[in-house]
Amino acid sequence: MTIHQLSIFIENHSGTLIKVLEALKEANIQIIASTVADTAEYGIYRIICSEPIRAYEELKKAGITITLSEVLALELDNKPGRAADAISVFSKAGISITYMYSFMLGGKGILVFRTDNFELARDTILQNYMKYITEKDLVKLV
Amino acid sequence: MNNSPYFNPERETMTRQQLEAFQLERLKQTVRHCLTNKFYQKKFKEAGITADDIQTLDDVRRLPFTTKQDLRETYPFGMACVPLRDCVRLHSSSGTTGNPTVILHTQKDLDEWANQVARNLWMVGLRPDDVFQNSSGYGMFTGGLGFQYGAEKMGMLTVPAAAGNSLRQIKFIKDFGTTAIHAIPSYVTRLYEVMQQEGVDPRRDTKLKVLAIGAEPHSEEQRKRIEEMMGVKAYNSFGMSEMCGPGVGFECPEQNGLHFWEDYYIVEIVNPDTLEPVPDGEIGELVLTTLCREAMPLLRYRTRDLTRVLGRTCPCGRNHVRLDRMRGRSDDMIVLRGVNIFPIQIEKILMQFPEVGTNYLITLVTEDNNDQMIVEVELNEPTDDYGKLQKLSQEICRRLSDEILLKPKLRLLSKGTLPVSEGKAVRVVDKRKVYQ
Repeated sequence: MTIHQLSIFIENHSGTLIKVLEALKEANIQIIASTVADTAEYGIYRIICSEPIRAYEELKKAGITITLSEVLALELDNKPGRAADAISVFSKAGISITYMYSFMLGGKGILVFRTDNFELARDTILQNYMKYITEKDLVKLV
Repeated sequence: MNNSPYFNPERETMTRQQLEAFQLERLKQTVRHCLTNKFYQKKFKEAGITADDIQTLDDVRRLPFTTKQDLRETYPFGMACVPLRDCVRLHSSSGTTGNPTVILHTQKDLDEWANQVARNLWMVGLRPDDVFQNSSGYGMFTGGLGFQYGAEKMGMLTVPAAAGNSLRQIKFIKDFGTTAIHAIPSYVTRLYEVMQQEGVDPRRDTKLKVLAIGAEPHSEEQRKRIEEMMGVKAYNSFGMSEMCGPGVGFECPEQNGLHFWEDYYIVEIVNPDTLEPVPDGEIGELVLTTLCREAMPLLRYRTRDLTRVLGRTCPCGRNHVRLDRMRGRSDDMIVLRGVNIFPIQIEKILMQFPEVGTNYLITLVTEDNNDQMIVEVELNEPTDDYGKLQKLSQEICRRLSDEILLKPKLRLLSKGTLPVSEGKAVRVVDKRKVYQ
């Protein structure tokens, strides 16, 4: 029930981001969502993309410091307050979120997040009948 | 009271001929004294020479060199030439790249050391009615006690302010009427910054007239900047704990090289590869032989500092050799803000972290008049966790500053970012421009 996310360590100077993007372009891989926080010295560039496993291999081949991680993704109706509803469920269950980002895809809101307690998050999603996204769903939506 | 421009007129104004005769006599004594010690006995035996082989001053070249490695291997007391009960002081370097080095002093050694420092301070115009503030580290760092004893010997009111706490330093300068300060150059710059913040104008609000700066490589440009800031002359001081500490060499008012006191040392400049002497004016490694030390005389000690002879006469009347400010090192030692650091120390710490690779680069830069060390190292293991990166970065920084006593800036890089060198890796890039 998780999806793959590429996490790339990038130094904070010009040329590092473009190296990653060019490599993905070369491999004909589509970026679905991505995020990078601003820090003084370095950042982690997180990407949800088509064919993440192949993307991982290609980027690794290009000499990029990369790790493949698994994150949870929820599908939310495109209405106000849905993110709050979802997160309050986690909050009540005592699940803390390490990082989170969201994007729109096929008219649906997608909430990607990572937690320290994956097992509990998974159980909570299942018990509360929350809609989650699998990798297959994601490709269909593209 | 001494009305002479010289602290010790007889010794300071010797002619070359007198100096050389004096040196030869002292050299013979020193060699005989060294040979009471097993380490030197062995060295002489290996070199196939005896004390009788020293007949002229040039014969100094027949003597074996001594090195920092010798000091480490004989740690702590193996090179003492007097019984330990005759020693009254010990200074030790941080033993970060192996055993520390230990330098012992008898009471006479301390007196002679103080005489050298007193001579230097007198030379730049200080007199007993001056107030001397020593804003240098105390403890094992010889810049503290060395200047303390020398300034006292000269008769000045001496303030052991030690390093740091700039507001208090400035208060002392104003309240005590400080006329002279000794500090590392970067600390003088720092003091000036704090003065500016506090609205203190050194020209208007202090009685400063002389600065002694040393223990940290600095350029002529940096010295001029310091002089402009503080409105007084800044004189370059050379010292090393192996010789005693500060006092070994100092600039006279001509500011044209440092006089190295040849009544205390035989000064040689050699090619660091061939160990043969280089002609005057050519850069080579400074080699010093102590001439009047009791506890731990050192023969032909390789300082690893690079410099050159500028001249052997001077309008100030002193014929002791003038050497250029230090131009670099013949080993990879870094001198940063008065602290001696070997790259291997940094490497040793980095290698304790499996998260980072073996390739690293140390860059020395001057930022806002402060010398800084930047350590760059490649991440071995990629991660998705900012927290881990931050923790790793902090932990490496903490361990590095424990080791080298300075807090470097750490930059984590992705793998393959640093150039991979063929052959000898370039580990240190010095952008401070102090040696130009």
